[in-house]
Amino acid sequence: MAVAVQGAPSRRSREREPRPGLVQRLKLSYSKYWYAYAMVAPVVIVLGVLVGYPLVNGIYLTLTDANSLNSARQIGLKHIPATYHFIGLHNYADVLWGPGSYDRFWSHFVWTIAWTVICVTVTFAIGLGLALLMNQKLRARGLYRMLLILPWAVPTFVTVFSWRLMLADGGAVNTLLGSVGLPEPSWLSDPLAMKAAAIIVNTWCGVPFMMVSLLGGLQSIPAELYEAAEMDGATPWQRFRHVTLPGLRNVSSTVVLLGVIWTFNQFTVIFILFGTNAPDVNILVTWAYYLGFGQQPRDFAQSATYGVLLLSILIVFTSFYRRWLARNEEATR
Amino acid sequence: MTAARTQPSDHDEAGSQMTVTAERPTAERPTAERPATEPAPAPRPAKVRGRGESSPLATALAHGTLIVASLVALFPVLYIAYISLGPDKMDYLHPGAIFGKATLSNFSKVLFHTDFFTWFGNSVVVAGGTTVFGVLVAATAGYAVSRMRFPGHRQLMWTLLVTQMFPVTVLMVPLYTILSELKLLDSYLGLILVYLTTTVPYCAWLMKGYFDTIPVEIDEAGRVDGLTPFGTFWRLIIPLARPGLAVAAFYSFLTAWAEVAYASTFMLGSGKYTLAVGLQSFVSQYESQWNLMAATSVLIAIPAAVVFYLVQRHLVSGLTAGAAKS
Repeated sequence: MAVAVQGAPSRRSREREPRPGLVQRLKLSYSKYWYAYAMVAPVVIVLGVLVGYPLVNGIYLTLTDANSLNSARQIGLKHIPATYHFIGLHNYADVLWGPGSYDRFWSHFVWTIAWTVICVTVTFAIGLGLALLMNQKLRARGLYRMLLILPWAVPTFVTVFSWRLMLADGGAVNTLLGSVGLPEPSWLSDPLAMKAAAIIVNTWCGVPFMMVSLLGGLQSIPAELYEAAEMDGATPWQRFRHVTLPGLRNVSSTVVLLGVIWTFNQFTVIFILFGTNAPDVNILVTWAYYLGFGQQPRDFAQSATYGVLLLSILIVFTSFYRRWLARNEEATR
Repeated sequence: MTAARTQPSDHDEAGSQMTVTAERPTAERPTAERPATEPAPAPRPAKVRGRGESSPLATALAHGTLIVASLVALFPVLYIAYISLGPDKMDYLHPGAIFGKATLSNFSKVLFHTDFFTWFGNSVVVAGGTTVFGVLVAATAGYAVSRMRFPGHRQLMWTLLVTQMFPVTVLMVPLYTILSELKLLDSYLGLILVYLTTTVPYCAWLMKGYFDTIPVEIDEAGRVDGLTPFGTFWRLIIPLARPGLAVAAFYSFLTAWAEVAYASTFMLGSGKYTLAVGLQSFVSQYESQWNLMAATSVLIAIPAAVVFYLVQRHLVSGLTAGAAKS
């Protein structure tokens, strides 16, 4: 009965044993962990069928010239088989340095990076500021909290429509700007104003999550640390810099990572605010969607290529980010 | 028994984040701890403040900032509710004029003369199906990953993490072609399967985080009393993990409820639209019924917000705990 609840034998004892053959090891591991495998099996099957197979299929599509005209399709009762061809890495080359690749990929790439950095920075700053305010003893804290998380409580596709109404010419935002004598940009058609509008709306949607998570982090910092710092004569800034920020490191590294992933992949805000007919403001995700589903004929291969590139960017970023975090942690220890 | 105690070490953070509601004990301290022997203390000078209290000016500033922020958070939601009262589809261009002619006619029109209830039902079916399948499948895996260090454990965790980073467009094209070949486009089952790709990995993470907070001693007691691993899971752990299961369920439901990209692409006829797609159909290239759109938005927002407020505290701790670890 070596199958304890946590079945791992300590590493040392395993190292001392001679390494058995592969088949035997499989057999051994099966008899030892068969119920773990049985419990994991549903997820593995679901992920394999629903994520693994489509991913492989998608990667294969990036190596072809598939579009909606040469893919398998059904017209009435007639089934037309797929006629696309294998073209190797041509799609990647075309996206990254083919003719017009600046307009098709790099301009969106630059805007996506700018969008992610600006959105996450601003959201984090506002979220931290509000969390610090909420962490004081204040009257009506619960009420503020209720109100401030409202943008998160209402589904994004609803609130973004509301912003679209407010940002329209003659909508609430421009009326407000006009009444204090500021210029009234056309938020939904001028490229630069559109980008600003997208960032504003996404920030509005993202602040509540940041605020609530950071507030949780703030409240888990022991009060004694502040007491001690104050006894030693630390100024408020020093207390913030040397007690609050280090105490928040775990939470903030998580929310920043989540924020980057979510913002980078943000679809709803831009799609609902501008539709697919605004190439300037499309980030890579919505642009890939436009290529694959917003135009005729649908360019499946290029869309999938963008998808694979996007995923690679995120995986590379995440692994670097985690390594950087680990190194930082070691440095401060 | 050589089994090493590999109690997962990464649950402490999840635990600490769940109990964030406690207020910091502050203020009053200086007076409370004054030695009793001291004779009636001289009245403290008015200027001295206890720790954690700030000057009236700072308090006023904090309140001011929070009030402004609350208004900014509240305004867009109120605005769309206000626009929904205007009877004409161009009223959003002249919001001031709505005051005089506010009416609930948009709501009756949406409720009785559009496909609203069909869309609502579709959303319930799809979100409900996603929730049930997702939580069932994810719970066992979360338990296995939380309690057993089987070979392949790390790879599975890594896969679950990476799957959360998938942009919608990575899988959309292949899923579209696969579903169209299986004739599952425009069907509930197709959309539920697609949503499982996002909710299952996440729920498995979330459940792992929750199972980590349940003491292993309970499993051990169950095993000593002769339960099989599955019996332990089913009879002891599942009842204890009900709050965690509820959070995973709500998370799945809200995600499926608010999803736009897949639903817009894979549901082709108005009879199969979810609310997110139906709402867009009011304002397409051919239509611009902003008043009906606004009224529908209000009708969608109310139940979603109610559910959200009921579970939000748990949702937050679950979200950060799940993603923090690998």
